[in-house]
Amino acid sequence: MDHPTSRRAVLALALAGAVLLPRQGLASLPQNVQTAINKLRAGRAAQEGRITLRLPAIAENGNTVPLSIMVESPMTRADHVKAIHVFATANPAPEVAVFHLTPSMGRANVDTRIRLGQTQEVVALAEMADGSLFMARAEVKVTIGGCGG
Amino acid sequence: MSSPIGQPRLRLPTQVKAGDVIEIRTLINHVMETGQRRNPEGQEIPRDIIKRFEARFEGELVFAMDLAPAIAANPYIAFPFRVERAGRFEMTWTNDAGETRRANAELKLG
Repeated sequence: MDHPTSRRAVLALALAGAVLLPRQGLASLPQNVQTAINKLRAGRAAQEGRITLRLPAIAENGNTVPLSIMVESPMTRADHVKAIHVFATANPAPEVAVFHLTPSMGRANVDTRIRLGQTQEVVALAEMADGSLFMARAEVKVTIGGCGG
Repeated sequence: MSSPIGQPRLRLPTQVKAGDVIEIRTLINHVMETGQRRNPEGQEIPRDIIKRFEARFEGELVFAMDLAPAIAANPYIAFPFRVERAGRFEMTWTNDAGETRRANAELKLG
């Protein structure tokens, strides 16, 4: 059976959802993470894209989870990534690291290993030389938590 | 009293020429005590972490990182560098007490 109207309505809803998702996503973060991000944003919009946030989908040991971040940037004096802020949304304290980058790096790419207390989202916020901001998020399922005693 | 800052390890590639973007890998032994744990007597174990890493090439800051307790023990940090000339890298790790550990590495072209 054919229901063109309802199909169109469903399509419209799906499109609306796709457009609204990022903003709803920010609101879905815990209050302390939102506060930290809003302080950094200082009224600026955080755009999507340019960041590749690489984390395992499943971390068997939350005590040491490899984190790799790459940002598309020419890394010139005029156009480079100045800083990358990382938050673990469900850790006792959400701040994980701030990376300070310079054009002499040639590429905007950093690697480290982090602790995740439980299954959660990790957020990376990159600040460019012109003041624009980009954000990326990744969910990590943690089998054994890594903040504990 | 702070935990000792262990021996740093640096890895720079060999066979480097001007124009290359190389990866520099560093590792330092440190407990990275979060301040969230308690000892068997139930007392809080105070926070004691490496909180700052800096990499300089010929005195100029190339890369820095502010670390939080959410960085894993024995912090591993890797970053790229665009080679223009031979020179000397100096890395420093600083703990909560302000104590620092340094490591140097010569970048040779060849």
